Amino acid sequence: MNDRLSARFAACKAQGRAALVTFVTGGDPTPGDTAAVLDALVAGGADVIELGMPFTDPMADGSAIQLANLRSLGSGTKTADLFAIATAFRQRHPDVPLVLMGYANPMIRRGADWFAAQAKAAGVDGIICVDIPPEEDAELGPALDDAGVHMVRLATPTTDAARLPQVLDGASGFLYYVSVAGITGKQQAATASIEEAVARLKASAGDLPIVVGFGVRTPEQAAAIGRVADGVVVGSAIVDIVGSHGNQAAPYVQAYVASLRGALETREKVA
Amino acid sequence: MTVINSYRNQPDERGHFGQFGGRYVAETLMPLILDLEREYRAAKADSEFAREFEWLLEHYVGRPSPLYYAERLTETLRESAPDGKGAQVWFKRDELNHTGAHKINNCIGQILLAKRMGKTRIIAETGAGQHGVATATVAARFGLPCVIYMGARDMERQQPNVFRMKLLGAEVIGVESGARTLKDAMNEALRDWVANVHDTFYIIGTAAGPHPYPELVRDFQSVIGKEAKVQMQAQAGRLPDLLVAAIGGGSNAIGLFHPFLDDASVRMLGVEAAGHGIESGAHAASLAGGAPGVLHGNKTYLLQDDDGQIAEAHSISAGLDYPGIGPEHSWLRDIGRVEYTSVTDTEALDAFQLLCRTEGIIPALEPSHAIAAVARVAREMDRDQIICANLCGRGDKDIFTVAEALGVAI
Repeated sequence: MNDRLSARFAACKAQGRAALVTFVTGGDPTPGDTAAVLDALVAGGADVIELGMPFTDPMADGSAIQLANLRSLGSGTKTADLFAIATAFRQRHPDVPLVLMGYANPMIRRGADWFAAQAKAAGVDGIICVDIPPEEDAELGPALDDAGVHMVRLATPTTDAARLPQVLDGASGFLYYVSVAGITGKQQAATASIEEAVARLKASAGDLPIVVGFGVRTPEQAAAIGRVADGVVVGSAIVDIVGSHGNQAAPYVQAYVASLRGALETREKVA
Repeated sequence: MTVINSYRNQPDERGHFGQFGGRYVAETLMPLILDLEREYRAAKADSEFAREFEWLLEHYVGRPSPLYYAERLTETLRESAPDGKGAQVWFKRDELNHTGAHKINNCIGQILLAKRMGKTRIIAETGAGQHGVATATVAARFGLPCVIYMGARDMERQQPNVFRMKLLGAEVIGVESGARTLKDAMNEALRDWVANVHDTFYIIGTAAGPHPYPELVRDFQSVIGKEAKVQMQAQAGRLPDLLVAAIGGGSNAIGLFHPFLDDASVRMLGVEAAGHGIESGAHAASLAGGAPGVLHGNKTYLLQDDDGQIAEAHSISAGLDYPGIGPEHSWLRDIGRVEYTSVTDTEALDAFQLLCRTEGIIPALEPSHAIAAVARVAREMDRDQIICANLCGRGDKDIFTVAEALGVAI
């Protein structure tokens, strides 16, 4: 299994801070604009990049990412464009972990083996699929495993102790804790409940890094989560910046990401 | 006794009908889906649950619905049929149910499950508004608050039903995303559900979605086929030769077909909406023009492009205007037990008028598709053969759409 993800989480741990995981929708507003946004994420200090695959029916997403999907598909983004964006990113940034995130149907349309092989060839490190729970793992998990691409699993506030082992079985790369039972970009969970959840997950997850997302918008929120988790995911807030600034978004994205990264760096002082 | 070679023992324990069905949902919903399955298994084994369901169907819904021999329609079709041809046409009259369609059968079953699970809030999606009205009706009857998601475009073309839902106390939320029809309403209902799993029960309106919905909706709707079987034996002394039903998601069709699946002499025909024609691309026929994929919690035939992006469906009938189909139909089609065909907007409109004038029944646009297919096949069948079609909804809600399509100002 490739190890850009584990190397990066280990490096962050050595620096005494949580990893900054950032999400943008691929092809928003056009496929040609995404490279500059990805570079801005890296320049701002993102440790892991989640590249969203647009889908016509993003039923787990709030309005920010729904609109980004519409902008991307409206400008004609194809699956081939996503892989081209990933391939070019890998050439520019050989060491930055890149994860594709999206919904099942675009991933399995040409067959799971095709998708896994394309992802591997493009230098993609992991896949997050919103609507393939462990019960349907056979749809994609074995193909990714064969190709050497991590299948990142999601845990949620509704994932109870009895169910957690099933979620962890086959999970790799990191575990994505969705801190709110809801859709992306809405409210944030209380810090105390996140702390309790992360402790519960860590007790069962062994060495698998625990990354927390959903509703994280401010550097203060990121810092608070960074004190208890191995990583913090910020998505909708970045997607909103791209939505506001379009093909001029890169400097704004970079400045915002730098503010998040700064907050994670200074967490010891805050604590 | 377990019948080994049966078409009626699907899905498997993981909710799969062959390669179709399953539980493709976000992790947040997964524990709830498993709870629902446990509760449904318990309810199925509980004679008190069955008693309450049957009591409500009889005294509140008005079941059994009649089985009716459409003599004038039969004679009219025979006039243009070859000598000796022109099968008898019978209708299962589910348009006479309370709220005017088959949708209420399923809603009664699901609200009893909601009550059993201690849920205190009801949500649903609706296309034509029939499922929304049926859900608002049972929510009022059981005193639960109810939110209905409906595509903004569907709200425009189904205003009477929007008003009905509001009269019944439901909150109707217009959905502005996508093509603003049934698919988008379902996305929005799923977003509500994932944020309110602790107290909310999602009453899905068709035999689709994550397991166990396709199974439980089918079971609740199977009252249609069970009654038809008994009534046909009583009135004609034998089983029908052909069953016909319109298909959007396919709940009225699976409800009629399922009890007959192991009766080898009974052929079955599901009728999809061909909109402006399959070749035009503007249609809602997932089996005729789609490919297997994953949407809204299940794997099934979907209208989609080469990248797996879901295509917009089109049908004059808001209730059929959906780019997918229930997973059991996908399976029945692939194994060849049920045949499927499609009918255009124009053919459905012709059939709508034909039934009005020959039988004095104004059908909904959804079963008008089934009637159009009946008109096509009855002329090819012998006179002593029997067709039983599901008249799954009445057309009051559609008169404005039909008037517009016919160029009539009301």
